[in-house]
Amino acid sequence: MPKETESCAESITFVPMNYSKTQLGETICALATPSGVGAIGVIRVSGPKALEICNSCFKGADLTQVAGHTLHFGKILDGTEWIDEVLAAVFVGPKSYTGEHTVELSGHGSPYILKRILEVLVKQGARMAQPGEFTLRSFLNGKMDLTQAEAVADLIASQSSATHQSALQQMRGGFSKQLSVLREKLVNFASLIELELDFSEEDVEFASRKDLTALVQQLIVNLSVLIDSFAYGNAIKNGIPTVIAGKPNAGKSTLLNALLQDERALVSDIAGTTRDVIEEGFVIEGVLFRLIDTAGIREGSADIIENMGIEKTMERIQQASIVLYVFDAASTSLESLQAELQSFNNLQAVVVPVANKIDLLNNAPLFESIPGLVAISSKEKLGLAHLEKALLEIVNKEQVKNDVLVTNLRHFEALTHARNALQAVIQSMEMGRSGELLAFDIRKALHHLGEITGEITTDDLLGNIFSKFCIGK
Amino acid sequence: MNKEYDLIVVGAGHAGCEAANAAGKMGSSVLLITMDMNKIAHMSCNPAMGGIAKGQIVREIDALGGGSGIVSDKSTIQFRMLNRSKGAAMWSPRTQNDRFVFSYEWRLLLEKNPNVDFWQDNVNEILIENGKACGVKVSLGISFRSKAVVITSGTFLNGKIHIGEKNFGGGRVGESASKGITEQLVTMGFVSGRMKTGTPPRIDGRSLNYTKMEVQEGDLNPGKFSFSKETKSVVNQKHCWITYTNDTVHEILKEGFEKSPMYAGRISGLGPRYCPSIEDKINRFAERERHQLFIEPEGWSTVEIYVNGFSTSLPEDIQIKALKLVPGFEQAKMFRPGYAIEYDYFPPTQLKLSLETNLIEHLYFAGQINGTTGYEEAACQGLMAGINAHLKINQQEALVLGREEAYIGVLIDDLVTKGTDEPYRMFTSRAEYRILLRQDNADIRLTEKGVQIGLASKEALERVNMKINQTENLIKTFKETSVKPKDINAKLMELSTSEIPQNYKIDQIVSRPQVGIMDLIDINPINKIVDGIDEEVLLQTEIRIKYEGYLEKEVEQANKMKKLEYIKLGNTIDYSLIQSLSIEAREKLNKHKPETLGQASRISGISPSDISILMVHLGR
Repeated sequence: MPKETESCAESITFVPMNYSKTQLGETICALATPSGVGAIGVIRVSGPKALEICNSCFKGADLTQVAGHTLHFGKILDGTEWIDEVLAAVFVGPKSYTGEHTVELSGHGSPYILKRILEVLVKQGARMAQPGEFTLRSFLNGKMDLTQAEAVADLIASQSSATHQSALQQMRGGFSKQLSVLREKLVNFASLIELELDFSEEDVEFASRKDLTALVQQLIVNLSVLIDSFAYGNAIKNGIPTVIAGKPNAGKSTLLNALLQDERALVSDIAGTTRDVIEEGFVIEGVLFRLIDTAGIREGSADIIENMGIEKTMERIQQASIVLYVFDAASTSLESLQAELQSFNNLQAVVVPVANKIDLLNNAPLFESIPGLVAISSKEKLGLAHLEKALLEIVNKEQVKNDVLVTNLRHFEALTHARNALQAVIQSMEMGRSGELLAFDIRKALHHLGEITGEITTDDLLGNIFSKFCIGK
Repeated sequence: MNKEYDLIVVGAGHAGCEAANAAGKMGSSVLLITMDMNKIAHMSCNPAMGGIAKGQIVREIDALGGGSGIVSDKSTIQFRMLNRSKGAAMWSPRTQNDRFVFSYEWRLLLEKNPNVDFWQDNVNEILIENGKACGVKVSLGISFRSKAVVITSGTFLNGKIHIGEKNFGGGRVGESASKGITEQLVTMGFVSGRMKTGTPPRIDGRSLNYTKMEVQEGDLNPGKFSFSKETKSVVNQKHCWITYTNDTVHEILKEGFEKSPMYAGRISGLGPRYCPSIEDKINRFAERERHQLFIEPEGWSTVEIYVNGFSTSLPEDIQIKALKLVPGFEQAKMFRPGYAIEYDYFPPTQLKLSLETNLIEHLYFAGQINGTTGYEEAACQGLMAGINAHLKINQQEALVLGREEAYIGVLIDDLVTKGTDEPYRMFTSRAEYRILLRQDNADIRLTEKGVQIGLASKEALERVNMKINQTENLIKTFKETSVKPKDINAKLMELSTSEIPQNYKIDQIVSRPQVGIMDLIDINPINKIVDGIDEEVLLQTEIRIKYEGYLEKEVEQANKMKKLEYIKLGNTIDYSLIQSLSIEAREKLNKHKPETLGQASRISGISPSDISILMVHLGR
């Protein structure tokens, strides 16, 4: 079964220290499609007895005798009671997702029927799988390495197609490829330093400190690109934090509702209605945005609760990637808008000025001079498509910079540690420290990169030296 | 004639001499068997000891109570501390030695040891009873019995010498090979392999024109290997010389390629990448216009010259024809040609960390038989094999040095854990804790261990303790005492480092990369503080101050690593069944069967995630 079709909502916890041999000997089963009513529901059964257990309640072909990767129509029976008609997809281990014998039963999507099928399977000797257990078995059976397993975990948890893309890319090796480039550069650099230390008596030319500095700086740049992609990678995994901000009664909540086509936020004409922060996931062409509606920014409000809401608003604006600054086009002057936008200048976020209530505006547009302005009426649902397009453009611009994304915290940490070590190398070079101290930090960098790519050993370094330099008397 | 010994050592090269000397000093009765009493501790290749990483090993041998340091000092004709331009952790002592004096001094040292007997003959069988080595049989048909046997066969096991298209059996040129032992061991289940090494031609120094070469002098202030007061630094030193090959030399050498045993495929053994023959160098690095040659005298009075860098197995007529085109060699006369030699070795993964074989108890291997190259590498294995054989027959626990304790520990752990495909030489980069494993503190690291096993002397330990105490006191004083700008700023300017605006503590000044304590000995108040203090203590203090922080971090890392060392894997695990390991990891782990998780983590190709997976499986 191709990994991409894995869609059960399991999360993976990789601390299988106590995963015993007996547990691995058991046959597990679980619903592989989201629970709830659907057209079909898929139940996966995996383990040494998967074929026998399914066969014992399956009326149709003998599933223990059929070839792998075949599909069989039949009935699931509880004793003599006919529960459902199903399609049984049979995978003979090790050619399966988990590496074990696996059967996937596609039945009708009724929760009741699916529950009954699971009950029959358990009666026949299977047990309910723990969250992540299929992937854990796949990992333990050598069907995927740790990086891939983590990518699968991301894939399973992915809520939008952009997340899906980056998880797939990681699984297919986009990340690994970048890393192997990094690794090679780092090995070359480390070799140059080791060369000086172990072969100072040899008739070889040693790299100048200037060249070495340039090399490390290059490495730091490469690492930084990957490290920086983490924030973005994380954003598309969890949704890009997009804050809707503006003065009270600018129509922020109406905009949220219009985008969500839902009456999620409480709407009224009284300024200051939204006192809490409201968050909703929102997908535009496969990219997940986390829309955050906030209390209006109004100085000197006497309402304590509202003030608390505004504090939260400011906090959210600080953390946002995108700020939609909504203002009332009918009652805002160009000067005051410019002043208001200026107060966002220190933010990391991209600020999109959103002129709302254009339906109330009779005159020619006032705000043409404001770059990136989007004019809408959330009440009349005008200009919303433009806004969505503007949001996508912001994201796509970022994506061009980072075609490989780091979405995994462990990788992020390892890369960051590697970069810190290299920064220490630069510092040592500036101070004129000798080679063995540079090597100390380079080894640290190698170690941290090794946490992702596999250890880089002395043998690798020496091999590199001997292949490149004529060593030996 | 005595036929009962505690220990029999087969072979009297660098490994054999250390083994016999150590076990004898510890109290075992030892029989040292060699094919030629006149070749004891013979320097078959270059007449030098030490060098980068190797010099550290000689210092470690000396600290434990071995003989190589003392013998090297007594035969030194030139001393150089290599890597002086690097930090002190990288400093590596190296000596040129008088080949004849070296051999003589080793023999003298052994003869002074009343527990060591000698026998000149060829061993062709190891006596084994109940899976234990219990003696040897020599070619005269005599059997000697013992409680343990150390084999240090060097290049002699089925040695085969190649010069051009000629090849003949021999352990060294002019000496016959040893037969029988490999075959016997293979029958018992040992795996053997072939390795290759080579040596350059020896030249008549009277025929050379040194005016065409660069001179290489010894250090102005020469040091020595031994920590003991038994030896002194060399006073008058001999020069070495440097010259270079050129295009015309390379052209002549290429003429001989088709007759080269290496390229014609007559040699199956694998040679070291870092000690290539001259033909290998011009073949693999064709773009290089010249290669450096070191012209080393073989002794105080002999005219024999060693041409370091010109190892070759090309036909002898090509060798001399090419050499004559080297500047200074126009009139060169050859004493004997360079040659390549192939010999049997036993992949060292068949050993325990004590150097005892897995298959036969009380049988130890040391030196080239384990796939290493170099006198120092051989000597330290011989020392450890001798020590551990003695400890074993006295029912004591083996002495195994950690990777954070000694280069010797790194070497043996590498050999036993990973094995080696080419002759193994030590490099500082092989050590994880390079800043801890220095030549200057080998005594601090190891003397106490040497004393505990009854090898190093109590006086040595007293000396070490004094060195430690004086260093600690001096560091303390340096941390507490200030130096004034007016006293030191001129000096700091001279050393091109920034001046101090107010009083600074002395250790802050010493910690600067540009400053050494020796630069400051005339500065007030440092002059008063260091007055009468041993130079060794000054160096120790400087290193401790300069590496502050780094030393602590290495100790911390070493402690972390040690935790993995305590997790035993045992050799019954079939790694091919652990499917989550990478295929490479499965193969390598099955091949090496590491004793601990720590060892597993050092095998090339084993990743941290493989280690996590192993922990998962051990958790069962």
